[in-house]
Amino acid sequence: MKPAVFEYHAPKTVEAAVAVLAEVAPREGRVLAGGQSLVPAMALRLALPAHLVDINGVKGLDRLVVEAGELAIGACVRHAAFHRPAAEGPLGALLAHVVRHIAHYPIRTRGTFCGSLAHADPASEWCLVAATLGARMMARSVRGTRAIAAADYFQGPMTTALAPDELLAEVRLPILSPDSRFGFCEFSRRAGDFAIAMALSTFRIRHGVMTGARIGVGGVEGSPRRIGAAESMLEGQRPSGEVFRAAADRVAGSVEPLEDARYSAGYRRDLARVLTRRALEIAAA
Amino acid sequence: MKVGVTLNINGKDHAVQVEPRRTLADAIREECGQTGTHLGCEHGVCGACTILLDGEPVRSCLMFAVQAAGRRIRTVEGLADGEKLHPLQRAFIEHHGLQCGYCTPGFLMLAAGTLERNPDISDAELLEVLSSNLCRCTGYKNIVTSVRAAAAEMKAHR
Repeated sequence: MKPAVFEYHAPKTVEAAVAVLAEVAPREGRVLAGGQSLVPAMALRLALPAHLVDINGVKGLDRLVVEAGELAIGACVRHAAFHRPAAEGPLGALLAHVVRHIAHYPIRTRGTFCGSLAHADPASEWCLVAATLGARMMARSVRGTRAIAAADYFQGPMTTALAPDELLAEVRLPILSPDSRFGFCEFSRRAGDFAIAMALSTFRIRHGVMTGARIGVGGVEGSPRRIGAAESMLEGQRPSGEVFRAAADRVAGSVEPLEDARYSAGYRRDLARVLTRRALEIAAA
Repeated sequence: MKVGVTLNINGKDHAVQVEPRRTLADAIREECGQTGTHLGCEHGVCGACTILLDGEPVRSCLMFAVQAAGRRIRTVEGLADGEKLHPLQRAFIEHHGLQCGYCTPGFLMLAAGTLERNPDISDAELLEVLSSNLCRCTGYKNIVTSVRAAAAEMKAHR
């Protein structure tokens, strides 16, 4: 249970960080942020990086600010930063609610939002939030900065559009309008465990009918994603149990669930249905 | 290759030489000789190695020692004031918050960091916090009782 030998790099600026990453990425170099997923993997020798680029000392990466209609979340912002609303209105409330489902308190004091997105575990709550709300991932390298849309970013379990030499320097979440409602529902065996499945929905109610609906499911497939076919069933409808059940059935019919030793695809499909319905009911309440 | 790092543990500096792969938990125990911090699972699940880093509970098995330079580390050895036990330590004794004691240093530091930040923590929040560490003896009931008792005493003496 001891990590294997690696060379340690502790850059002080983003420029220095991406420069060293460009150098070591082709030689099994990895970024170390909170280390709450990478270090356990190293202890179990599932990960054997030859180089670690520790970004914890990089100036400016702990930025957490609202600007130009987005919440900008720097690479070193810890999960615990979201215990209190990081933005006014529904977005801050949504993040403060979801963060309670991420592992446990002493993990949340170290683990980072961007680290979760770079790791891209199918059961990651933040990945579901990013996919459902349409986050923009700001990838920084020696070549410059590029923005990656959520729909292009997630490419399967632990797989993203990031190149090996790119640092996920910041994630930008769109601010939700003040009248946005949200519902989040997760199923796991015990508090703090990985999600077996989860659902997130947001919509607004204008003149009694739903508009701008988003439905995302996570933990079910290899990556979290929105289910557009179910979202469109809500548009212009009055919130009702009947409409929610139909949309949840559409979600269950649209997903191609993961299967593992403990949970069958059918079980995850059922969870996707139930959790979607509950998330919609919570949002409407 | 070993590198030099100074770890400040309970107010005392320890200048040590460690490999970058040396976890903070191992360095605290082996290089600094502070063996009150225990190691259970060594991959972040059990919480036995919980310490306070600048006042916040963290898993010391999931940090490398080289990352803790310049930070204030507090371990179970720093809880008592000389011969006078910390209210949490006394409460764990009085309310049988331990049996074998292996997980106790982690629970004490987790509770200390939590109560210092949030003295008025609700029962539900406290249960959520304590669920992060594993105890295989007590069934948690007496740990919760102990932390509650210590919280009341710490508040009374603030």
